[in-house]
Amino acid sequence: MSLLLDAILALLVLAAAVRVAAGGDGFARVVAFMGVGLLLGLIWVRLAAVDVALTEVAVGSGITGLVLLQAAADAPLTREREVGLLYHLCAGMVGLVVFAALAVVVLLLPDPAPSLAPDVVRALPATDLGNPVTGVLLVFRALDTLLETMVLLVALIGVWSLSPDRHWRRAPAPLWPAPPSGALDFLARVLVPIGALVGIYMFWAGADVPGGAFQGGAVLAAMALMAMMAGLSPVPAIGGAGLRLAVLAGPFAFLGVGIAGWFLAGAFLDYPEGFEKTVIIAVEVAITVSIAVTLALLVLGPPMGRKA
Amino acid sequence: MSAPVLFGLLGAALSAVGVYGLMVGRDALARILAFNLLGGGVFLVFGAVARRGAGAGFAADPVPQALVITGIVVAFSATALAVALLKRLAALRARPGAAPAKVAGAQAEGTKGRVQPGGDA
Amino acid sequence: MSGAVLFASADALLVVAVILPLFAVPVLFLAPSRIAERATVVVLGLSLLVALAIAGGVGRSGAAAASFIGGWRPPLGVGLRADGFSAFMLVMTAAVLLATGLFAMTTPGRSRAGGERMPPAFWMLLASVFSALNLVFLAEDLFTLYVALELLTFAAVPLVCLEGKLAQVEAALRYLLFALFGSLLYLLGVVVIYGLYGTLDIILVAREATASPGFVLALALMTAGMMAKAALFPLHLWLPPAHSGAPPAASALLSAVVIKAPIFLLVRFWLDLAPSTLAVAVAPMLAGLGAAAIVVCSLVALAQPRLKLLIAYSTAAQIGYLFLMFPLAAASSPWSALAWTGGALHLASHAFSKAAMFMAAGLIAEALGHDRIAGLSGVGRVVPVSLFAFGLGGLSLMGLPPAGGFVAKVMLLSAAVHLGAWWIAAVILLGGLLAGGYVLKVVVLALQRPAEPLVAQPVAHWREWVALALALVAVGFGFVPLEPSHFLFIGRPASWAGMVP
Repeated sequence: MSLLLDAILALLVLAAAVRVAAGGDGFARVVAFMGVGLLLGLIWVRLAAVDVALTEVAVGSGITGLVLLQAAADAPLTREREVGLLYHLCAGMVGLVVFAALAVVVLLLPDPAPSLAPDVVRALPATDLGNPVTGVLLVFRALDTLLETMVLLVALIGVWSLSPDRHWRRAPAPLWPAPPSGALDFLARVLVPIGALVGIYMFWAGADVPGGAFQGGAVLAAMALMAMMAGLSPVPAIGGAGLRLAVLAGPFAFLGVGIAGWFLAGAFLDYPEGFEKTVIIAVEVAITVSIAVTLALLVLGPPMGRKA
Repeated sequence: MSAPVLFGLLGAALSAVGVYGLMVGRDALARILAFNLLGGGVFLVFGAVARRGAGAGFAADPVPQALVITGIVVAFSATALAVALLKRLAALRARPGAAPAKVAGAQAEGTKGRVQPGGDA
Repeated sequence: MSGAVLFASADALLVVAVILPLFAVPVLFLAPSRIAERATVVVLGLSLLVALAIAGGVGRSGAAAASFIGGWRPPLGVGLRADGFSAFMLVMTAAVLLATGLFAMTTPGRSRAGGERMPPAFWMLLASVFSALNLVFLAEDLFTLYVALELLTFAAVPLVCLEGKLAQVEAALRYLLFALFGSLLYLLGVVVIYGLYGTLDIILVAREATASPGFVLALALMTAGMMAKAALFPLHLWLPPAHSGAPPAASALLSAVVIKAPIFLLVRFWLDLAPSTLAVAVAPMLAGLGAAAIVVCSLVALAQPRLKLLIAYSTAAQIGYLFLMFPLAAASSPWSALAWTGGALHLASHAFSKAAMFMAAGLIAEALGHDRIAGLSGVGRVVPVSLFAFGLGGLSLMGLPPAGGFVAKVMLLSAAVHLGAWWIAAVILLGGLLAGGYVLKVVVLALQRPAEPLVAQPVAHWREWVALALALVAVGFGFVPLEPSHFLFIGRPASWAGMVP
C-alpha cells in the first residue's frame, strides 16, 4: 500500500519535471519547478531524512523558487538560436544513457549497503549533540560547512559585482514594485512574527531533533523578504557595516572557532573538550544569522542605484 | 521493489530529464531549471543510498543527508548567481540599440566561437 | 603542544594554505576598498611563502604531508594531503596569482593609466579563487572537492564580466552553466562511489576500488564533468569568449591556473583512484580528444582576427597536451615517469607563459585601444617589453629551446616514441608547428614598420615587467634536467613503485 503511494508520488514528480523541461511560459515552468520541490520534500520524509526535507522545501523549492520567479519574465530575452532535430535526438540519447546507467547502478548497489552510520553513532557522544546530521555538518565535516558559508558569501560578491562599484553602498530594487495591498500587509503582519519564531525554533531544535542553521536561516530569510514585499520594512542598502557584519557572522565565527581550536584542542576546527555543545551552538547562531541575511540578499539581487 | 530503489530510479529519471534540458534548453531560464532538476535527481539518488545505509539505530545514514543539505544550499547559490546574470543579460539586450549586430566591433567578435550546436549547455 | 609549534609543521601549513586566502575574503568584504589591493597582494605573498614551506617540508621528508580537520580521521572526517604533485601545483599557483595581483594593482600615486582601478570585487574573487584552488590541490575527500570546485566556479565566473558588457555577460552565463553541468556530473559520480564503498576519502576508495560497472560509471561521470570544466574538445566552446572577454588580469588567472584545477583532478582520478588496468584501457580515449583539441583549436586560433581570442583558443589547444600524457603515464613503465614529469612541466610552463601572454595582450590593447591582429603592425616599437614577453611565452608554446615547453615536449616525445605511441608523437610535433604559426603571425606583424605612424597610449612600464618576469620563468623551466623529477613522485600511490626513478 505505501509502495503504491510512493509510486504515485514518484510519477507526480516526474510529470511535474517534464512540465518544467517542456518549455513555454516562464512563470508556469517555475511554478511547476516549485511543485517538484515540494513533492521532493515529501519524498525526503519518506526516505527518513527529515532534515533534508525541511531544507528542500525551504531552500530548494521556496527560496530558489523566489529567485527563479524573478527570472521568468526576462526569459524570452535570453533565447538562443533554435537547435536542430538531430541535436534534440542526440540529447535524448544522452539522457536515456544517463538514466539507464544510473538505473543499473541503483539496482545493483551492494547489499548490505556500506554506511557510515555506525561510525557516527560511535563518535556522536563526543559532540554532546542529539541530531546526527547536525553532528556531521558542524563537527565531523565542519570544513564542508565552513566552505558552504564561504560559497554563499562568494556568490553574493559575484551577484553584487554585476553592479558598478559606486552602487555598492546602495540598495537592491524591491522584489515587486506593486504597492502593498491591504491583504498582503495583513498577512505579513501576522505571518512574519510567527514565521520568525518557527525559524528560530528550527535552528534551536536542530541540535537534537531535525532542523538546524540552514533550515532556520531559510525560514528567517523568507520572513524578511515577506516583510519587505509588504512594505513593512525597506530594502536595506548594502553598504551598512551592520548588514555586512551580519553576512560575515558565519564565516568569521567558523574561522575564529577553527583557529581557536588549533590552540585549545590541537587541530583546526576541533572543539575544546567539555565545551563542545556550547561552542557548536554559538557557531550555529552565527551561521543562522549569516544564512538568513545572505539568502535574502541573494534573492534581492545586485544593488540597482537607489540611494539609502 | 522497495522505496529506496523506487526513489533511486526516480532520481535517475530526474537526472536524465535535467541532462536533456541542459543540452537543449532554448533560453537561459530553461537551462537553470534543468540544472536544478539534475541537482534534485543527484540528491535523490544520494537519498536512496542514505536510506539503504540505515543502521546502528538511524533510519538513514546521516552522512549523505548532511552532504545533500550542503548540496542544496550550494545549488541555490548557483541559481542565484545564474539568475542575476540572466537578468543582467536581458536588461542589456533590452536596451535600445543593443541588437546583436550593433554590439560594437571588438565585443561582437568575442561571440564568434559559438556556431556549433555543441556549444550549448 | 603550543599553537606556535603546530603552525610551523608542514602538516599544519596545509590548513594555513587554505584558510589564509579564505580569511582574506570576509576581511576585504568589510574593509574599505582602498586597502583591498595592498591587503590582497600581502596575502598572496604570504601564501607563496606558505606554499614554498609546504614544498620544502614535503621535499625534505620525502613523504606526503597530511592534516585532518578537527582531528577527525576519514572515513568520518575530512583530510588534507600534499604529495609532491600537490606541492608543485601549490607553488605554481601561488606564484602566478601573486604576479596577477601585482599586475592588477594601481600605479602608486595615480589612477590606473588608460583604464580604471580594478573593482574591490576583483580582489575578493581573486582571494576566493586562490583558496578554492589550494583546496582542490589538497583535499582528499571527494565531496569537499565538489564544494571546492563550486567555490572556484562562483569566484571565477564573475571575473569574466567585471566590466558588465553584453558579450561578457553572455560569456559568463555560458561559462557558469557549463561549469555547473560539470560539477553535477562530478557529484553524481561521487554519489555512486559512496553507494559502492561508503566512503569519500580518495585513499580509502582507491584501496577497495575494482573495475566494477558501478565504479566505471562513477569515473565516467566524474571525467565527463571535469572535461566540461577543463574545456576539452569538443566541450571547449565556452572558453574562448569567457577567457578573451575578461580584463587582462582575470584572463591571465583563468587561462593559466583556474583551468588546471579540473585537469589536476583528472590526474588524481585516473592515476590515483582508478585501477591501473582500467586507466590503461581508457587513457587512449582521453588522448584522442586531446589530440583533436590540439589540431582543431590550433587551426581555429590561426584564423582568429583578435589577439585575445587567439590566445584563448591557444589555451583550448594546449590543454590537449595534458591529455596526451595519460596513456603514456598510465603505461607503468620507466618511460611513464618521464611522460609524467613532462606533463607536469608542460602544465606549469603553460601557466606562466599563458599568464604572460594575456597580460602582454592586455597591455598591447591598452596601448593601441584595440587588439585586432591586422592592426598590430609596428606595435613592437610602442610596447617592446610586452611584445618580448608575448614572444617568450609563445616560444614555450611552440616548444622551441630553451623554453620550458621545449623540455616538456621532449620528455613527452621520448616517452611516446619509446612506448611505441607514434601517433602521439606526431600530434606533439604538429601542435608545435601550428603554435609556431599563430605566435609568429603576431610577432612578425608586430615587428614590421607601421604603414602609418601609430597613435599609442602610454602603458605602465612596471606592468610590462610583470608580464616579462612570468615569461622568463616559463623560459627558465627549460633548464630543468631532462629526467624524471623525484619530487613529483613523493607520496604517489604504491602502484607507482616500479616507475619511481
